[in-house]
Amino acid sequence: MLALSRWKIIAVSLSLIFGILFTLPNLLPQSALDSMPGWLPHQKLNLGLDLQGGSHLLLEVDTDALNKERLTNLTEDIRVRLKASQTEATDLSAAAGVITLRLKDPTQVNAVYKDLSGSLGTRMLNGGKDVSLRIVQPDQSIQVSFQPQAADEAARSAVKQSIEIIRRRIDALGTKEPGITQQGANRIVVEAPGESDPEKLKAVIGKTAKLTFQMVDVTVPPEDLAAGRVPPDDEILPSDDGHSPVYAVKKRAVVTGEMLTGAGFTNDENNRPAVSFTFNGQGASRFGKVTAENIGKPFAIVLDKRIISAPVINSAITAGNGIITGNFTPESATNLSILLKSGALPAPLKVEQQTTVGAGLGAEAVKAGEVSLAVGAAMIFAFIILAYGMFGVYAAIALVVNVLMMVGALSMTQATLTLPGIAGLILTMAVAVDANVLIYERMRDEANAGRTPMAAADTGYRRAMVSILDANVTTMISALIMFQFGAGPVKGFAWTLSIGVVTSVFTAIVVTQLLIGIWFRFARPKTLPIA
Amino acid sequence: MKYWPLIRLVPRHTHFNFVGLSPFAAILSAILIIGSGISVATQGMNFGVDFAGGTILQVATPGPAPVGQIDQTLKAIGVHDPGVQGIGGANSAQVTFRSVNGMDANAGATFVTTQLQQKFPGLKVSGQSTVGPKVSSELLWSGLEALGIALLLMLFYIWFRFQLQFGLGAILALFHDIVLTIGLLSVTRIEVSMTSIAALLTVIGYSMNEKVISFDRLRENLRKFKTTPLRDVINLSENERLSRTLITGTTALLALSGALVNPGNPLFALVFTMAFGIIIGTYSSIYVALPVILLWGARRDDSDAVPIEPVRTRL
Repeated sequence: MLALSRWKIIAVSLSLIFGILFTLPNLLPQSALDSMPGWLPHQKLNLGLDLQGGSHLLLEVDTDALNKERLTNLTEDIRVRLKASQTEATDLSAAAGVITLRLKDPTQVNAVYKDLSGSLGTRMLNGGKDVSLRIVQPDQSIQVSFQPQAADEAARSAVKQSIEIIRRRIDALGTKEPGITQQGANRIVVEAPGESDPEKLKAVIGKTAKLTFQMVDVTVPPEDLAAGRVPPDDEILPSDDGHSPVYAVKKRAVVTGEMLTGAGFTNDENNRPAVSFTFNGQGASRFGKVTAENIGKPFAIVLDKRIISAPVINSAITAGNGIITGNFTPESATNLSILLKSGALPAPLKVEQQTTVGAGLGAEAVKAGEVSLAVGAAMIFAFIILAYGMFGVYAAIALVVNVLMMVGALSMTQATLTLPGIAGLILTMAVAVDANVLIYERMRDEANAGRTPMAAADTGYRRAMVSILDANVTTMISALIMFQFGAGPVKGFAWTLSIGVVTSVFTAIVVTQLLIGIWFRFARPKTLPIA
Repeated sequence: MKYWPLIRLVPRHTHFNFVGLSPFAAILSAILIIGSGISVATQGMNFGVDFAGGTILQVATPGPAPVGQIDQTLKAIGVHDPGVQGIGGANSAQVTFRSVNGMDANAGATFVTTQLQQKFPGLKVSGQSTVGPKVSSELLWSGLEALGIALLLMLFYIWFRFQLQFGLGAILALFHDIVLTIGLLSVTRIEVSMTSIAALLTVIGYSMNEKVISFDRLRENLRKFKTTPLRDVINLSENERLSRTLITGTTALLALSGALVNPGNPLFALVFTMAFGIIIGTYSSIYVALPVILLWGARRDDSDAVPIEPVRTRL
């Protein structure tokens, strides 16, 4: 085993070159790194948010709210349908995911059922309709509900859409390299490195930004509005316009945010901050028609079920653009224009978890980690050399190669190095040395049993190998499990440990074998130095 | 060359009666396990926000952090379970709380931040961690799930490489280590976070490493000495690898020493738990895993398991 085979020399040299090349960018100043030729690796260690500072947000798509809203929309669709066929209903209400419809004239039930079956709902991926209807016999009512798969499908597409929209919104903020990934069925992780303000992030992510233009129902007397009595196709919405705390508005939106093609920051005629918008063709024609029909009446500009302003229509607006005024600051107007431009989220997002680490705190952690690593390494070197002399030096050299390879591999794969990951590095050093301890103790035993130095060294490697492999396979098992099931920091730790297992087995066995082999060739020893 | 090695932790040949001490070790382990149980039952664990939900804020103040005043402010604005402690330099403190009256986790954190900034001009939040109650319980379960699966896979691996009783001995020893580590976390009130799960898994990893090395030597000697009583083979194996046990254990503790000298080090809690695990893992290899094999009996090559004679006082 101690023969200086060509493959061993090549393998050790290559791994050493690899380790140095990929570790180097971490040690050089940025200016030297920039002037290096392009074919050399430039990647530094990818520090986790706990080390470089930054924000981590775990968001959950509110599927309950999504389902509720879909049911509300479906109820309104039924109402429109009934109005069109001039059918009168005594009850049309949604509860526990089911819409119940009772007709004034029960003989119309079959006709209405047929009409609704044909018109309601859309096709799902499997080709079936997403809505199911049935007639409940005793009281001749019709029950309408969504298929269970339809809810899943809607949730899935809502998460996908949300990720896309969040990306657009954050990009507009100018945050550098945000990581936006899906986690589980309905969660989204947003990771923004660097000195980004998490409150600013939340301000643009946390808003659904559903914009609607709805007509104000001026026929509702103020006392009814105060008592909350409004017609069934009206709703009462809170208002931030400073004139009235609430308004009664028509539930049906005239135009919605999806019909916007653009939005931007602007100033109104009084030079106050405002948001300009442009409609697409459909929006422009609808808005033009409604404004022409309702001159002199107010309409409400509604964002996420709160009224921004309720201007009175002075003339028909047919050009398809306009401005939204309200109680804006320049910043809030800019934010709103970002939100409108990037589109509304299909469902509200809840912030389930938030971690923010200031860059200073991160730098402190890096420094503590570096010091711990350096002190740990120095102690190991001193101890191992005291215990095994020359062979201890070889083990120390192998350890240095090991650290270079680990840092190099972490830099190359751009795996995230977290604070627990640094602890993983430290422990890996200890376990790497254990492999050498096992080998040397074996050599000592074999030499004491009367073998020649060469035979003792050779047998030492062979016998210790079994234990080393068994021990490292079990470590690998726990590392892989941690990687599979652990969250955040544990994953980083597990990855560091896995890389460490592979590199430490290589360096502790092959690198020391080469060094001891060379030593045997030149020293031609009569006894082993550790015996 | 003759002067090396400079240090030798144990003589070349030792004849230490490891097995003879087993009854005392069993009593010690039982006491420690019961103690851990009592500690967990009476004062519980100091769950951090990862598992209990809530918020941690790291704040920096222009002058020395007014820890007492911050605490009073928190209580005055309706914060549940507030905790304030100085960290690092004198000008920074760590603020923890579970929730604020009538607010969700996220709104509560924002509210407390603005309140603190109003009361203490110049106060800056350098770090924040908020975990909602839903996520926190999921984190705990996924951590426990990972632990269970890892243990099961290791049992199968040891069974496959050695014998079933070796695997069971190892798993029993690992449970022993886990219980004592949890006991340590409970007694010392170290905050239990996602990082503690990493520490626990490392403890298990190191402990398993010890067991495999020990079993390996035992298996080898069982093949070599087919008729020697099992307890003698165990004693022989442990004496043979004593030097390695001590050198590796010392190396591992020395590797961690850099982070252990300064309790303010952010790695301290993690590394302290690991150091404890190294000691306990070495102990449980000799006094939990091997006694299980001794009581069960080990297969010599392909013959059936032969339990040892109950009383033998050769050693």
